[in-house]
Amino acid sequence: MSIDTETARRVAKLARIKVEDDALPALAQEFSAILGFIEQLNEVDVDGVEPMTSVTPQRLKRREDVVTDGDQQDKVLANAPDAREGFFAVPKVVE
Amino acid sequence: MTDLSKLTIATARDAMRKGELSSSELTAAYLKDIEGAGALNAFVHHTPELAAEQAKAADARIKAGDAPDMCGIPLGIKDLFCTKGVPSQAASGILNGFKPEYESTVTTQLFDAGAVMLGKLNMDEFAMGSSNETSVYGNAVNPWKAGNGEAELTPGGSSGGSAAAVAADLCLAATGTDTGGSIRQPAAFTGITGIKPTYGRVSRWGIVAFASSLDQAGPMTKDVRDAAIMLEAMCGHDPKDSTSADLAVPNFEAALTGDIKGKVIGIPKEYRMDGMPAEIEKLWSDGTAMLKDAGAEIKDINLPHTQYALPAYYVIAPAEASSNLARYDGVRFGHRAKLDQGDGITEMYEKTRAEGFGAEVQRRVMVGTYVLSAGFYDAYYNRARRVRTLIKQDFETVFADGVDAILTPATPSAAFELGAGLDPIQMYLNDVFTVTVNLAGLPGISVPAGLDANGLPLGLQLIGRPWEEADLLNTAYTLEQACGFVAKPNKWW
Repeated sequence: MSIDTETARRVAKLARIKVEDDALPALAQEFSAILGFIEQLNEVDVDGVEPMTSVTPQRLKRREDVVTDGDQQDKVLANAPDAREGFFAVPKVVE
Repeated sequence: MTDLSKLTIATARDAMRKGELSSSELTAAYLKDIEGAGALNAFVHHTPELAAEQAKAADARIKAGDAPDMCGIPLGIKDLFCTKGVPSQAASGILNGFKPEYESTVTTQLFDAGAVMLGKLNMDEFAMGSSNETSVYGNAVNPWKAGNGEAELTPGGSSGGSAAAVAADLCLAATGTDTGGSIRQPAAFTGITGIKPTYGRVSRWGIVAFASSLDQAGPMTKDVRDAAIMLEAMCGHDPKDSTSADLAVPNFEAALTGDIKGKVIGIPKEYRMDGMPAEIEKLWSDGTAMLKDAGAEIKDINLPHTQYALPAYYVIAPAEASSNLARYDGVRFGHRAKLDQGDGITEMYEKTRAEGFGAEVQRRVMVGTYVLSAGFYDAYYNRARRVRTLIKQDFETVFADGVDAILTPATPSAAFELGAGLDPIQMYLNDVFTVTVNLAGLPGISVPAGLDANGLPLGLQLIGRPWEEADLLNTAYTLEQACGFVAKPNKWW
């Protein structure tokens, strides 16, 4: 399957990665090569085969529904590029 | 002073217990050698003060008696592990300046056992790569050279810094992580031992996530005995990782008897690739003969879906990565791009991620986004997960037929030159023998088995039944004894 420049632009947008217009054709070509490689999977007969959800058969453990963590605002914010008054700060969100 | 090139975890442990060696001396010696090994670019964050402090505490503990096996052992820690107050960047620009407020479960367990951290080790960015060339810190360099050549070789990836550091005797052992071969391939390229345990054996908590259904941490060591000792210290149930198994951890070192009489070793014909170098072919048949001589029964087996493992992996791993890496948004940690007048939150995300992620990470995040996007989810992602089920069934069938372990080459070649300029798919082929093991959640170990015509190390891989690392380590130990690999790189750094 060949990926065109428009599709590459759309994928970059979905992934929230800025890609300059002049880089899109090369990106589309790389995607095409990788997807071409992946397309070998179409040779496999997967009728009636369940998609794997867990590689080791296991039931997730349960625990009491109680608070076990929290009250660490300073630590949570310690690595933020911009933290103010106990919050993460981001640019204005206008829709 | 002790010859660091001859020391192992086991011999250091024994010498420290006898009072012949102190962790403080040993740690100081390693720190000095690390200083002089900048050319390898293995250690990327140095923690000499912490190391000296931990060594002192370990010496006190050893003196008091009853110290665990890892007490006083100087280690390198892959940059993927979050270490409290120490930069933990996953070799990415997007985590520039990130200092975790917490400690990963694996490093917590190692430190609780008295281990010493010398520093953080280079790797491919977010563990995505097979040559350590995608790192924000620059390439890690293999201490081995081809013949009399001057060219710098890759130590493999993604745990390239770990492999280079252990092979160059800059630490007694290192932590690695393995999503498609990232412990076993670099171990093979540098003549050391590396084991990826069964999925769920080691807690993933506090390890920067790449592909959560495939990632497992493991030790990278000088020999199989050390792998057994260190793996035991890393394993165990962790309530903070819901996929970690609540199973007893055996004494792995005690399992190393060297007796594999009656064990059945499977040789999968699908791993005999077209164009496989004759040296690798010979290494494999020699290894088979050695296990036979040791009393094992050799059985030809089929793993019919092997060729589809890599394409399935290159759907599943990027899909999970695109989801895991969504958290790098410039809000909570790490890098945030400088914004222009009028930029909103979407521009902040897009610029931050374009600046912070390297090319290979961007590529995989976007491939993952594509295969998960509406209209392609079934055709790519669900199909890959179905193929993954078939790959796992291949292994279940041979294990049900009585096979105890499977012997394969670890890599399709010896270490190649840095800057060889492989395209992404050529690079992905490095993992052709290792990636099946991650997809099936099995334990796999790479053991150095010989040298190629250029004097570069080559490894063999043994794949075991789920949760039977003890048995696998014993088979690996037997193979190691038979191979008698003792070569070391000549010091040029």
